[in-house]
Amino acid sequence: MAVAKPLPHDAARLHVTGQARYVDDIPSPRDTLHLAFGLSTVAHADITALDLDAVRQSDGVVAVLTADDLPFDNDVSPSAHDEPLLANGSVHHIGQPVFLVVATSHRAARVAARKGQISYAERPALLTLEDALAADSRFEDGPRIYTKGDADSAITSAAHVVEDTFDLGGQEHFYLEGQAAMAQPQEDGGMLVNSSTQHPTEIQHKVAEAIGLPMHAVRVETRRMGGGFGGKESQGNALAVACAIAARATGRTCKMRYDRDDDMTITGKRHAFRISYRAGFDAEGRIQGVEFTHLVDCGWAQDLSLPVADRAMLHSDNAYLIPAIRIESHRLKTNRQSATAYRGFGGPQGMVGIERVMDHAAHKLGLDPVELRQRNYYAPMQSATAPAGAPHDSFVPAPDAAGDLASRGAPAAPADVTTPAADVQTTPYHMPVEDFILHELTAELLDTSDYATRKADIATWNAGNDRFKRGIAFSPVKFGISFTLTHLNQAGALVHVYQDGSVHLNHGGTEMGQGLFQKVAQVAASRFGISLEKVKITATDTAKVPNTSATAASSGSDLNGMAVKAACDTIRDRMAAYLAERYQQPVSAVRFEGDRVIIGSEELSFEAAAMECYTGRISLSSTGYYKTPKLEWDRIQGKGRPFFYFAYGAAITEVVVDRLTGENRILRADVLHDAGASLNPALDIGQVEGAYVQGAGWLTTEELVWDQTGNLRTHAPSTYKIPACSDRPDVFNVALWNGENREDSIYRSKAVGEPPFMLGISAWLALSDAVGAYGGSYPALNAPATSEEIWRAVRRIAPEA
Amino acid sequence: MVKVTMTVNGRTASGEVEGRTLLSGFLREELGLTGTHVGCDTSQCGACVVHVDGKAVKSCTMLAAEADGAEIATIEGQAAPDGTLNVIQQAFQDHHGLQCGFCTPGMVMSAAALLKDNPKPSEQEIREYLEGNLCRCTGYHNIVKAIMAASGQDVSAVAAE
Repeated sequence: MAVAKPLPHDAARLHVTGQARYVDDIPSPRDTLHLAFGLSTVAHADITALDLDAVRQSDGVVAVLTADDLPFDNDVSPSAHDEPLLANGSVHHIGQPVFLVVATSHRAARVAARKGQISYAERPALLTLEDALAADSRFEDGPRIYTKGDADSAITSAAHVVEDTFDLGGQEHFYLEGQAAMAQPQEDGGMLVNSSTQHPTEIQHKVAEAIGLPMHAVRVETRRMGGGFGGKESQGNALAVACAIAARATGRTCKMRYDRDDDMTITGKRHAFRISYRAGFDAEGRIQGVEFTHLVDCGWAQDLSLPVADRAMLHSDNAYLIPAIRIESHRLKTNRQSATAYRGFGGPQGMVGIERVMDHAAHKLGLDPVELRQRNYYAPMQSATAPAGAPHDSFVPAPDAAGDLASRGAPAAPADVTTPAADVQTTPYHMPVEDFILHELTAELLDTSDYATRKADIATWNAGNDRFKRGIAFSPVKFGISFTLTHLNQAGALVHVYQDGSVHLNHGGTEMGQGLFQKVAQVAASRFGISLEKVKITATDTAKVPNTSATAASSGSDLNGMAVKAACDTIRDRMAAYLAERYQQPVSAVRFEGDRVIIGSEELSFEAAAMECYTGRISLSSTGYYKTPKLEWDRIQGKGRPFFYFAYGAAITEVVVDRLTGENRILRADVLHDAGASLNPALDIGQVEGAYVQGAGWLTTEELVWDQTGNLRTHAPSTYKIPACSDRPDVFNVALWNGENREDSIYRSKAVGEPPFMLGISAWLALSDAVGAYGGSYPALNAPATSEEIWRAVRRIAPEA
Repeated sequence: MVKVTMTVNGRTASGEVEGRTLLSGFLREELGLTGTHVGCDTSQCGACVVHVDGKAVKSCTMLAAEADGAEIATIEGQAAPDGTLNVIQQAFQDHHGLQCGFCTPGMVMSAAALLKDNPKPSEQEIREYLEGNLCRCTGYHNIVKAIMAASGQDVSAVAAE
């Protein structure tokens, strides 16, 4: 069976030979036009005059468009209709598109775009969280607050209290392929769009709105992205819409790609947070209560900020049973790029908050940080298989549909929420934790990584070294799987079996390198009992599978795998029924395996079976559909079951720090991660490795710096430091936990895209441990813990160092 | 406009280019060799690495005119004419040295240049050599492993799976 095999990425051969096509590689007509945006150069202002004569006269320019020239909606927001494609009288961050240049070459468009004369009447810009909070500049009417129990009294009466505030920076996605789109006008006014997007349906929807056509007139195709990481969930809208508008206006194919500087200047990033905490512990280190305040830098437009900030709240417990908790989340509107989805979608920020609390408490109580964590874990899983559950169908879309129902920015309807029994351990949002495996997983990791011995050795080594100190730290992950906007947890697929037995596979998920297409193809091959070569993977296409959700929230394999399974099983059942009758056998005697169809004592090749079914007039094409069961979530109350299940993992990282410069290295990382019964262990391990390094990068070297005018100064890899090959851990041991999903997911596998990202938190904690070796007080690191931050922290705790 | 002529993957290629045309642009737009990717436009990410007279060069940092008369090798010319992958390409496939694939052509070309000068590089040497090639997906582990394997070395020594 193809499932569970460590097969290479489906496009590996195309990638190593340079034949894999990204949007900018697709052959286009010779007269294709190229687009570039003219950008705002101030953070907040009214536009008083726009002189574009020089732009129009620039070589190769065919057209220049402003907001006034747009034929229909001027909006590329995935949520609140607050993000014009082109600035409409005012600008809200440096880098906001103001006008659109259409020219004969990419370079001509970019050169011309710099010749625009924009006059501004500047307004005060909100460039810090303090400024935004003071101005009450926010999304939603006030802070969201989730509570369980009485946190304040629990903390006040606790034996030990830890309290602090720290900054947690954002993160640039740095997908290697920048944003790109191409639109080709069709004969009937329709539009064919190729887009580097995680969300073809959203692109289709926004393009249709922008050119005044129903969605059926817009077809979006996405074969692959050169990396996404959340950065292509909504940020590709502007390019696709611009291309479609220009293509409609000129009748020619239009293409747009952001150069890296433009990409980093225009597009949103991970949300930066400031987290304040106050937590009470008993003498044994058991948490009694905690209060968190999240100040969330959402940037200038709403985008997906509400669900991102929600998910941060939903991961404020991470792996720990917290008897009393209060989380207050302020979604602040600032004059920066509009922060957006990024791998983990707020979960990492919430998790860093509670891991910081645990780290701080362990330091204060003088307990081993691992032991303190283990004492606070949720209770272990009681039964390895969950009872089946019917899909929860209570959701009715809000009739006004003020947002965008296809995206995570849509408004959520209140749900009927089941209250768990009193003896069940629940999260801060009252969801029972029934699949908790971190006790066993932690024990195994501590053993395989030789944690106790190494911790003792490091203490000895540190005692003999003044300048360099080593540190070691553990961090667990419990990550909730499902879109928190319940209605997005659905997927469709389209499968054809041709008369020669070859299979055409299509589903709503997009490929961004994660190996989704291969994993889903393995599912299809397994359902038909055929070899993978018979299954043709095809580009995501809104004309084949409609109304898809973004490939996001780690849900790609879970949702699309199930939808493809349903489609394959429909066809298989039809084939089985026909063949059983034809060969006078019971249907139960028909089996699909080893590229053959076995019908009792008869046996046919799959090809022959397909041909027989075709001539017997059996339909060999089917759609498939899946909706995740058991979900019920009310985001305003903060109550319910937003997640189908949790994915788990743990990491131990060892680092060394130089007190003179703050420079540091990751010496070793050990990871044990839960992918359930993996659909493809090689691809899943690749996800875990990449996610760890990306997570560690976020918390160590990746620093976004805006100057006092709101200009992003880290707008290229020259100034923004993602991990390079020499930054990965010297020793890197990654393994998958041997277990199955307790819930009935696709072949009992678990989602793997986002959860391992948070394993990188262990690197940040290890740096804290190392810095702590220089002095007695708690290092209180901010994130990212750059060399400069470490240097400062060393001086905070050991001023004479 | 200037006329340039160079040998690309063993075949003569020529064209009229502006003086400012970059080699990466010439390869992609004039010759249709889109396997050479442009990731950062500023000669840092390495997705556009090709060989110029046998040396690894970031093709976005060289003018097409400078390559006049040179021997250029790109990712499209690495496999045998019958499609058989070369040892580095095969190793990247077998050892999962790629995810989204956008950095892969540059990685393969850099690895080829490394192995030409240093047929049995240590893990440390590989990591240092690849400093100029960014990958955002893999965490580099399987890339290093693939290059170790391509050079005929035991990859079990490269940490664990």
